[in-house]
Amino acid sequence: MLLLLEQILNGLQFGFMLFLLAAGLTLVFGIMHLLNLAHGSLYMIGAYTAATVTAATGHFSLGVLAALLVTALAGMLLEAGVFRRLYQREHLDQVLATFAVIFTVNELTRILWGRAPLYLDIPPALAGTIEIIPGAPYPVYRLLIIAVGALVALGLYVLINHTRLGMLIRAGASNREMVGALGANIKLLYTLVFGLGALLAGLAGALAGPILAIEVGMGENILILTFVVVVIGGIGSVRGALLGALLVGLTDTLGRAFLPGLFALVLPPAPATAAGSSLASITIYLLMVLILVFRPQGLFPVQGQHGA
Amino acid sequence: MAEPAALLHVEGLSKHFGAVTATDNLNLHIAPGELHALIGPNGAGKTTAVAQIAGELRPDSGQIVFAGHTITDWPIQRRVKLGLARSYQITSLFPQFTALDNVALAVQAHQGHSLRAWRNAHRDPRLREPARLWLEKLGLAGRDEIPAAELAHGEQRQLELAMALATNPRLLLLDEPMAGMGSEDSQRLISLLRSLKGDYTILLVEHDMDAVFALADRITVLVYGQAIACDTPQAIRANEQVRTAYLGEQDV
Amino acid sequence: MARKPLIIFLGLAILLLLPIYAAATNDLYLLSLSSRMLIYALAAVSLDLLIGYGGMISLGHAAFFGLGAYVGGILAFHYQEFSLFFGLLPGSNQALIVWPLAVLISALAAAVFGLISLRTSGAYFIMITLALAQMLFFLFTSFSTYGGEDGISLWQRNDFPYLDLDNRYHFYYLCLGLLVGFVGLCQRLVNSRLGMVIRASKQNERRLRALGINPLPYRLVWLTIAGAGAGLAGVLLMNHSHYVSPALLHWTQSGELMVMVILGGLGTLYGPILGAMSLLLLEEWLNQYTEHWQLVLGPLLLLVVLFARRGLYGLLAGRGARDG
Repeated sequence: MLLLLEQILNGLQFGFMLFLLAAGLTLVFGIMHLLNLAHGSLYMIGAYTAATVTAATGHFSLGVLAALLVTALAGMLLEAGVFRRLYQREHLDQVLATFAVIFTVNELTRILWGRAPLYLDIPPALAGTIEIIPGAPYPVYRLLIIAVGALVALGLYVLINHTRLGMLIRAGASNREMVGALGANIKLLYTLVFGLGALLAGLAGALAGPILAIEVGMGENILILTFVVVVIGGIGSVRGALLGALLVGLTDTLGRAFLPGLFALVLPPAPATAAGSSLASITIYLLMVLILVFRPQGLFPVQGQHGA
Repeated sequence: MAEPAALLHVEGLSKHFGAVTATDNLNLHIAPGELHALIGPNGAGKTTAVAQIAGELRPDSGQIVFAGHTITDWPIQRRVKLGLARSYQITSLFPQFTALDNVALAVQAHQGHSLRAWRNAHRDPRLREPARLWLEKLGLAGRDEIPAAELAHGEQRQLELAMALATNPRLLLLDEPMAGMGSEDSQRLISLLRSLKGDYTILLVEHDMDAVFALADRITVLVYGQAIACDTPQAIRANEQVRTAYLGEQDV
Repeated sequence: MARKPLIIFLGLAILLLLPIYAAATNDLYLLSLSSRMLIYALAAVSLDLLIGYGGMISLGHAAFFGLGAYVGGILAFHYQEFSLFFGLLPGSNQALIVWPLAVLISALAAAVFGLISLRTSGAYFIMITLALAQMLFFLFTSFSTYGGEDGISLWQRNDFPYLDLDNRYHFYYLCLGLLVGFVGLCQRLVNSRLGMVIRASKQNERRLRALGINPLPYRLVWLTIAGAGAGLAGVLLMNHSHYVSPALLHWTQSGELMVMVILGGLGTLYGPILGAMSLLLLEEWLNQYTEHWQLVLGPLLLLVVLFARRGLYGLLAGRGARDG
């Protein structure tokens, strides 16, 4: 029972991590209609920046801060230099161009930081465990990720529903011309939205630093999970991204933790472990398929969204 | 109320978009061989009505009976198989295909066998010959090999009609076939539609009142989604309510 | 327009004569590299069927490529080890058994993936094909029997009647023959009734539906054929490199195939062959100068996408290049 609770917390932590990425991806798609494969690259940039600055200054908080600044800046530069040209283009062009950006960023990262993975320690102040559930000590750092994710979700809710920027974002998501008619500076709005998405990806990367190996390719691995999240939630919906991320995080974590054990109830140990871990590696994709069978547009389909 | 002889019955059709009522309890009966015109001011819901009959929009309530089948919930493909064809207000073609390919595909849609993957469809006389005949009949002879995107606007409208006809429909839904045409092209199209009259049952949505009064057997007038009158052209011309609501503005 | 047959003739002549040049200069590596190009060209042509003709932007085509390779690899593995697949089926090294099976299973997988992904369109389709392919990637990574991440190494190529596939010349000409055959098949496909429906669905799906044709079943058949083509390429590649690993299923592989199609020219059948060869040559060439060749390739690709949409074949063959 305690194990289950612990795994649920792990699932939430993973889910909120995915949410940080999915929120940016889905905003950029919902508003600018851009399918950005290079979103994971910003996550990677965040992780590398955090690790480097933390190593140089000795302060993780400075590392995170630097990661936020650098990714937001990188995102806005990429937007102004490349992505802006892609908003009116077909998805195929967007896929290829952002694929090219991945190539470039990955290679630059290899040149700057080398091929060996970097590791970042959990800062001492956050390294302990805490018994939020009596009898089940849980790492403080992972709780922090959950808290940050929840705060970001709340912040995005307020931003989108109660601010002028949010009103423009909502208007843009449903009607591009209308934003133009409002007289808002749409170019600036797009750059800001992209910067916000990049910043959230960078935050995810910085927070992931201490719990994952920081290496080239980390962005792409998590990007595909993020796609699954966004497809499940409904492309363009931040609410959907949150729900999708938590569903995926929980399903994946619980699947990996318990499926081999469940198989062991009916199979001999060796094949049970093999079958269990094989199935666990694909549970979220099965979840996606299952949801798509019933809701081809995801859980929260965005109105007026043209698939093509 | 329902005339059993009619090919198309529309009963109590309603469609709302939010607070806007686009179709308001619409009744429509079209007899076989009839050319029935649907007219009304802009935004009266003509295209919405056609889209519901064609199956592109689901009505909120009401019933559509076509050739004895209640088709209200049928998908488009099934309606087409039963003999419903439409042309679009905004030209809708396969732009990279040649004119002939466009019509040949319509012939193919009617014939079936679309899973055949070996024989060259460009050399299949069962597709090409009927397609050529339709192009000729619609005044596009000699334009066979021009990509649809490169045809003149009037020609594209003619091609659109050729495609609808090539599916051998029992009921033709024509949504403003003359939109954007010059007067010469319009005259040609009017005489063409006149030649089709009797062989085909046609529901014509049109702004060009000359065309409507020259062609229609009966006319339904739509205002704010509601049919305010349905009668012969002479009676519609004389109808006081129609004059004030609609025709008056145009000095018919 | 007359440039097109000329280019095809010249291209075929070069490919036919290449082994003679290789023999004369004793450049066996050239022959091996060229075989690999032919194999990738086959996979790229099959992807062009989807993207160029069907407008189905699949970012998961490597799934069928890798699956074909793994079918061959797994059968060869059991043949080498004298063991049974699932304790039931023996392995095999007979090309005439293994290859059709690889094609069949890839086609089957494509059909299943299609049933799921073709319910959607646009960005959803791209993401779902990507996710499904990645699912297979993780699945094969988890199979420790078959080497997990490291994959399977094979001792020899498959046995083929009257040919010795371990002879580079035999293998090269076989690959060339299969590529020519596949392109010929595609040529028929795109001009058939089925092909007309598929191309129409790319141009104006709404109109197609209004004509009474629901594109879904035709797209499913099309995707299955494309999957079969990729499966054949996969089992050829497994023979070529004596090796199979999950990397073949990875999404970067799908992306690379897509780059080949675009680089060569979308919707042309011949373009992707040129694209595959150019990309692999470029990689080889850049690799001689720097290990960071992706730093050149990335921006280059970006420029092609932003400014040169017609691809290499479009530049060579002019306006007549498109649509078979």
